[in-house]
Amino acid sequence: MAPSDFTNPKSVDEVMAGLADNDYLADEGLATSIFLSLTLGRPLFLEGEAGVGKTEVARVLSRWLGGRLIRLQCYEGIDSAQAVYEWDYARQLLHLRTAEATSDDLDASRLEAELYDERFLIRRALLEAIDAPPGAPPILLIDEIDRADDEFEAFLLEALSDYSITVPELGTFTAERPPRVVLTSNRTRDVHDALKRRCLYHWVEHPDFDREVEIVKLRAPGVADSLARQVAAATEAMRGFGLYKPPGVAESIDWALSLAALGRESIDETSVKATLGTVLKYREDQDRVANHGIPDLVRNALLRGG
Amino acid sequence: MEPVGTTDEVILPVDHGERLAVGFCRILRQAGVRLPLSATIAFVEALGLVGAETRDAVYWAGRATLIHRPEDIALYDRVFSVYWQKRMGETVSFEGTPQSVVLALDLGEDDDADDGGDDVDENESEIQPVRFSRTEILTSKDFADCTKDELDELTRLMSRLAFTTSQRRSRRLTPAKGRGDRPDLRRTVRRALRHHGEPMNRAYLEKATRPRRLVLVLDVSGSMEPYARALIRFAHAAVVARGRVEVFALGTRLTRLTRHLTSRDPDIALRAALPEVKDWAGGTRLGEGIREFNDEWAIRGMARGSIVVILSDGWDRGDPTQLGEELERLHRVTRELIWVNPLKATPGYAPLAAGMAAALPHVDRFIEGHSYASLEQLAIILAGVGSDRVTELRVS
Ligand SMILES: Nc1ncnc2c1ncn2[C@@H]1O[C@H](COP(=O)(O)OP(=O)(O)OP(=O)(O)O)[C@@H](O)[C@H]1O
Ligand SMILES: [Mg+2]
Repeated sequence: MAPSDFTNPKSVDEVMAGLADNDYLADEGLATSIFLSLTLGRPLFLEGEAGVGKTEVARVLSRWLGGRLIRLQCYEGIDSAQAVYEWDYARQLLHLRTAEATSDDLDASRLEAELYDERFLIRRALLEAIDAPPGAPPILLIDEIDRADDEFEAFLLEALSDYSITVPELGTFTAERPPRVVLTSNRTRDVHDALKRRCLYHWVEHPDFDREVEIVKLRAPGVADSLARQVAAATEAMRGFGLYKPPGVAESIDWALSLAALGRESIDETSVKATLGTVLKYREDQDRVANHGIPDLVRNALLRGG
Repeated sequence: MEPVGTTDEVILPVDHGERLAVGFCRILRQAGVRLPLSATIAFVEALGLVGAETRDAVYWAGRATLIHRPEDIALYDRVFSVYWQKRMGETVSFEGTPQSVVLALDLGEDDDADDGGDDVDENESEIQPVRFSRTEILTSKDFADCTKDELDELTRLMSRLAFTTSQRRSRRLTPAKGRGDRPDLRRTVRRALRHHGEPMNRAYLEKATRPRRLVLVLDVSGSMEPYARALIRFAHAAVVARGRVEVFALGTRLTRLTRHLTSRDPDIALRAALPEVKDWAGGTRLGEGIREFNDEWAIRGMARGSIVVILSDGWDRGDPTQLGEELERLHRVTRELIWVNPLKATPGYAPLAAGMAAALPHVDRFIEGHSYASLEQLAIILAGVGSDRVTELRVS
């Protein structure tokens, strides 16, 4: 159940239940940080390895709380024109030309007012989130902030402290109800302390064995119980192998689905070899796992997973 | 809640439980976690929301508000268990005051922090060959043979190394002077307006250049002790002068020093950085250390397209094949992998250390680093990597 309209959840347990209703199993740490972020009205900063379920948190929040999901995918070189707003210069130029062609007495200041009208404004994620229509506040997902550069961080810090954006030609937009903000980072680089301190922070770990089994069962419903357990056991083991890209929950789910598609209810050497590509995306990771010994991996998974 | 008092001694108008929370934060801060007052306030607020009845609630409220990087989690856990453990059992009424909790904290000491002063012994000049200035001799002297005063002087010289950077084109676009990479419609519209609507003067954008990232990995194990201090000083000079520099210390474990070296004042920076290296002059497991560096940082992105410099004598107690493998991984993602070895200049030195031998096939350059002059040379090389021409090193 969603908390009525857009009121905040009353407890950490309510958060856990709300997320679980939407197919996301959070542990107490993550649920606490989400709860605090919602109730204190501060952004949530989720950091951790690839595939541990960071981005999914924002999606699930949007489903649960009913706010629209607005996503800003960061990349090197992103700037405010891609994140906040941009004028539609091509259309402005066209407008200029037309004005020029149809009138021989151009009033520059009137023309300027016409040009910098909202209809020529291209709204990007941040402006959309801040100038949102009434109703449940949107969920603003700022994904993979570690890929953007420092200048952009500084800019975000400012935008997230007063939830207002000034477009010099139009004036200032201020959020009536601040959006709920989720930032994620894979930590390819340290994000500035000042930005993190604005946020509630949670370092997202791979789930423990039991939780991972539950997640696989939830997200891959057709899969046999035994298979889910064995897959969770094998992925957990592989995370200790020092791989380039250790498998995340997403990979466990995919793997369980492909094994089930092969008609398995239990893993064995042949099926593991055939499906290893769904868990490990790099050739050398596959080699590394093969070097560790697939028979061993299977045996231990069967022992652990039963 | 209005905080009053200085940053050191903050007095919050708090009740008993809150005072306990503030005490906890103070100890965390002493333990080395960077904690602004706003974090303490957020923690107290968070406790008000989740309650302080269960250990887990308090633990997670603190984690969400006080900790902002995974490296601090272990420290947090230790302090938490000592500080709260006893109290949680005692019920909600929080007995005792935070001041009564004493934790033994290993903060490290920088005992060489005092300033040596500029007065080097002038009498020495009479025993010097006439052709060389004293400084010239000093700059080629092996760090290991220098007296403390000489080292002080050399490290002072390092602030004068100006690292001109090798540039890498970034995807961010900046306004171009003339005809650039892409038409800049924004400026074109502005100009057109100024000229009554006629888009006569087209503006362009071009790609901005940014320095390539430079990653320095300093071996701080026992055998490197004579050099480590000078090398860290070199790293500091690079951080201050150049931008986009990352610094790690590698001993029995890997420590990221970057943030501690950012102060412009080298003494302050070193005082901040040295206690971070807990295994100063301990043993080395180079291969394991580079693996950690690869897994935690390098392969994930930090080393991609970057210049990575390892400053080490190559003595390794670990498995040399691992070192070879890890360097091979690292080499694949870097723009240039450079190994600086202070022993290279030692007469008769051949890369005998098994670790060094395993490393050599995977490095782009293998250079010396025993003296100021050799580090100056390194700075020149760094300035040249990745740019078309070798830029001159400026020494002001
Ligand atoms: N706790 C969880 N409960 C349910 N499903 C989960 C959970 N964690 C992860 N998943 C599943 O794993 C998938 C991958 O998660 P997500 O894309 O959020 O990872 P991420 O941490 O953002 O990774 P990346 O860094 O690669 O973007 C999700 O689509 C979801 O199906
Ligand atoms: Mg993601």
